[in-house]
Amino acid sequence: MNVVTPFEGIGASVRRKEDLRFLSGRGQYTDDLNRPGQAYAWILRSPHPHARIRGIDTGAAAAMPGVLAVFTGKDMAEAGVGGLPCGWQVHNKDGSPMAEPPHPVLALDKVRHVGDPVAVVVAETRAQARDAAEAIAVDYEVLPAAVNMAQALAPGAPQLHEGAPGNLCYDWHIGDKAVVDAAFARAHKVARLELVNNRLIPNAMEPRAAIGEYDRGTGDYTLWTTSQNPHVIRLLMGAYVLHIPESRLRVIAPDVGGGFGSKIYHYAEEAIVTWAAGRLERPVKWTADRSESFVSDAHGRDHVTTAELALDQDGKILGLRVSTLANMGAYLSTFAPCIPTYLYATLLAGVYTTPAIYCEVKAVFTNTVPVDAYRGAGRPEATFLLERLMDVAAMETGIDRIELRRRNFIGSEQFPYQTPVALQYDSGNYHATLDQALKAADWAGFEARRAEARRRGKLRGIGVSTYIEACGIAPSAVVGSLGARAGLYEVGTIRVHPTGSVTVLTGAHSHGQGHETTFAQLVADKLGVPIAQVEVVHGDTGKVPFGMGTYGSRSLAVGGSAMVKAMDKIIAKGKRIAAHLLEASVEDIEFERGEFRVAGTDKKKTLAEISLAAYVPHNYPIEELEPGLEETAFYDPKNFTFPAGCHVAEVEIDPETGRTQVVNFTAVDDVGRVINPMIVEGQVQGGVAQGIGQALLEACVYDENGQLLSGSMMDYTMPRADDLPPVGVATHTTLCTHNPLGVKGCGEVGAIGAPPAVINAVVDALKEYGVRHVEMPATPERIWRIINANRPRMAAE
Amino acid sequence: MYEFAYHKPSSVADAVKLLSADPEARPIAGGHTLLPALKHRLARPTALVDLSGIAELRGIRREGDKVVIGALARHAEVANSDAVKGAIPALARLAGTIGDVQVRNRGTLGGSVANNDPAADYPAAVLGLGATVVTDRRRIAADDFFTGMFSTALEPGELLVAIEFPIPEKAGYAKMKNPASRYVMTGAFVSRGPQGVRVAINGAGPCVFRQREMEAALAANWSPDAVANIRQSPDGLNSDIHGSAEYRAHLVTVMAKRAVADAG
Ligand SMILES: Cc1cc2nc3c(=O)[nH]c(=O)nc-3n(C[C@H](O)[C@H](O)[C@H](O)COP(=O)(O)OP(=O)(O)OC[C@H]3O[C@@H](n4cnc5c(N)ncnc54)[C@H](O)[C@@H]3O)c2cc1C
Repeated sequence: MNVVTPFEGIGASVRRKEDLRFLSGRGQYTDDLNRPGQAYAWILRSPHPHARIRGIDTGAAAAMPGVLAVFTGKDMAEAGVGGLPCGWQVHNKDGSPMAEPPHPVLALDKVRHVGDPVAVVVAETRAQARDAAEAIAVDYEVLPAAVNMAQALAPGAPQLHEGAPGNLCYDWHIGDKAVVDAAFARAHKVARLELVNNRLIPNAMEPRAAIGEYDRGTGDYTLWTTSQNPHVIRLLMGAYVLHIPESRLRVIAPDVGGGFGSKIYHYAEEAIVTWAAGRLERPVKWTADRSESFVSDAHGRDHVTTAELALDQDGKILGLRVSTLANMGAYLSTFAPCIPTYLYATLLAGVYTTPAIYCEVKAVFTNTVPVDAYRGAGRPEATFLLERLMDVAAMETGIDRIELRRRNFIGSEQFPYQTPVALQYDSGNYHATLDQALKAADWAGFEARRAEARRRGKLRGIGVSTYIEACGIAPSAVVGSLGARAGLYEVGTIRVHPTGSVTVLTGAHSHGQGHETTFAQLVADKLGVPIAQVEVVHGDTGKVPFGMGTYGSRSLAVGGSAMVKAMDKIIAKGKRIAAHLLEASVEDIEFERGEFRVAGTDKKKTLAEISLAAYVPHNYPIEELEPGLEETAFYDPKNFTFPAGCHVAEVEIDPETGRTQVVNFTAVDDVGRVINPMIVEGQVQGGVAQGIGQALLEACVYDENGQLLSGSMMDYTMPRADDLPPVGVATHTTLCTHNPLGVKGCGEVGAIGAPPAVINAVVDALKEYGVRHVEMPATPERIWRIINANRPRMAAE
Repeated sequence: MYEFAYHKPSSVADAVKLLSADPEARPIAGGHTLLPALKHRLARPTALVDLSGIAELRGIRREGDKVVIGALARHAEVANSDAVKGAIPALARLAGTIGDVQVRNRGTLGGSVANNDPAADYPAAVLGLGATVVTDRRRIAADDFFTGMFSTALEPGELLVAIEFPIPEKAGYAKMKNPASRYVMTGAFVSRGPQGVRVAINGAGPCVFRQREMEAALAANWSPDAVANIRQSPDGLNSDIHGSAEYRAHLVTVMAKRAVADAG
């Protein structure tokens, strides 16, 4: 590797460059920005899960102090504003396209979930806008609601959309059912499990916000928004909703305080403030309060699944059959349809040699907030199912749960490995990550710890999950054939300035991941420029040529690869300049440690000398080369990347209260090449925190009338520091074979691997109670009920 | 929040005058209950009467066989007070577990007791120790003070000035927290002393209440075992997404047992 500064290149735990700004309160988040003449929007939202709008009287509100305008869905539709588009089309079993009902920016004839936007008030202050919103009189005819999927699919259920009979979005499948059924017919044992993957509310630290601005002089619009992918927002909002050409619309996502998927999507508020800014010729700002976030940010997960695993005499898996209901909520959020299909069912082989897999998924509309990708997106759902099923199969076959996994692992000699559900894994070593994790977690010494806990009156259990995920999304042609309405390449520009400092323009977006550091390390490593002289620019369509943004752990694997390609072009051009200056032939120029050198001589030019020559081309091959030193590359990945690993959780349960505490957690992940170990450790820890949150704490709960009961931090249990154990993080690397960095991705592994490890540990702790499954979140009451219900039987035995 | 007038009197008398003149005015102490309610537009007072300038409401002192704590004493002050730690360590410990550091440095005893949130900590200590609530106009026994969910014997415009806690021989507290809000899901404050044996249960019901059966059992035998088999009826207990009435009833026994163990 070309490391000039050994402590800053690939593999160094460089401190995060961005943290000085964040930790000293100097971050610039959307709500920190204020535009001259700015007005404020307040959005009136539906209090009902399902109602027809008979009329909206905005007269009183419009007359309130400070009010500039009140707009309804009708106003926006009449002005030609379109509905929010869906970016992925899934097809039914019979080949017909999914139901894709309209998603108006502001409700038109009906509201379909609590929080559905109904009208917007723009006023001089936020308080005035809010006061006026309370004065809007909406005449609702309350309709019966379909709150959960069983209700929504029942005959005679209330219908959400005209275009979605039976509230069915799609009925999709993957795999060869006949082959799978045949495998089950010859099975020695079938392990069966019904389970729920609990609905989650993302709760990024920074609530969503947006500022729209219109420049009367140029006719240009600018939107500042809390987005993970500003170019995607520009494309969707410009082309489908507001019909503004890209050249007239700039979207800026400045510092963003966490997203976890919830800030991928194009939301109504973005279009509302941009459009209102044009109408009023005033900048318009909207900032969600936390209560609004609960009912307007897309939720995550929410599956109900039946899964069966067929095994032979030796515990080898013969087949897997899965049937899932996936909640879409009231409308299709931007990428919702692909989450429970192509990001879920395609992962059902896991790390195992399962030869036959069939999965069918019904996606269902309900009167709840839309559901879309949330950290892990489909892969946590697949992993939870599979890793729980492996433990149930171990229990029912009597084969040790570690041994059962080993017998079914894809061997490290079997790569590339084609699964029966479309994916081809390029590399991995599942025995190695398992061995390393068991050792680090002292699996062998567990029974002594269990006995010691028992003396303290605690039930202690240990659980393992050996997971795989697909990220680094994704080859454009592949996703296109699966229904994506976008490409999933990434764009990187390397701008070497005249004196040799570097600006990187990337289409990836950092909202907590530390890109400004990791990406600078790539440049330091490859071009030999100290990271202090590398500026990373992202999140602005006015600066960055293009980009698909950050989600699916793709920033490094796809965005980083684009940067590498661009740097290769810089080096190639630099060699030609160097050849000219050093009077050598291009073939003889070597580039290493920031220097161009004539092979075998001490004749050399630094990168800074080359860039100066490129920008001040007095002595320059001007006939054959353009001046300047700036290159852009688009990188379209050849395949997904496949991080995998092993997580081990150890829990203690207080049998009197049912309270579960995770006391130890070990993660050994293969995330491919590690650029910055400290950042990887932080990403894994954060993901594990969210995984433990899902397993033990977080539950989005609607009551039977469709009101969100877990609508604030008072009732939605976010994990807190004292809910979390020390998390031991280690990596075991096999390189990705198809991207230039050999990287796989680390952003989601924690949220994917942790939930089944924790629940497997809970089930293990409760094994004397005859428990085979515990639903998430394993709350104290849920555990207490299990203990309470099984205690008499235990006593009688 | 909506607009309101703001007053900052410097005596109890002035505060009471302001409050009596305007039935829609509210006193504000630490603001950690009232301010969130205002921000959520759940309360719409015409005026706030800020108590923070009233010296009479401050202070923690031992007076003979009592500890007297002013209404404005913050949770952190109670938790760290030598007078409280020496005389009623269980009360200091309780105060030290309310909310988080920020809450403990803003929230006040008077605000918490006047508010009588079923999930609050202090009401259990006030009832479980048989304390006396002192107001601008009278003295109210704990047994008569907590009248229902978020309601007390305080009349409109009546200010809580201080609380007198009799010093017990033994006292202990245990609680199971609501995992989300970290308020009390079910707690028990037990004591033995001048007010006899008392068991006050908070979090479980709409209002803090005494568990008489447990009191009788503990009077006969002060030990965790004495309450271990006493079952609380779930009838009338709170039920929410974190804990059903049955679960809370079960926790009453567990927490009472642990509170006795805590008392020693
Ligand atoms: C994040 C958070 C976590 C919390 N966790 C807990 C917890 O675990 N346990 C717990 O017990 N509490 C908890 N609280 C509540 C906290 O203890 C409050 O501070 C307390 O309940 C109210 O005290 P205050 O001084 O803030 O009262 P304020 O909010 O100022 O007032 C509360 C009410 O009492 C009235 N009032 C105030 N003082 C007087 C007085 N002297 N006379 C008459 N009426 C008065 C007010 O008009 C108002 O109606 C929490 C609060 C927050 C914000």
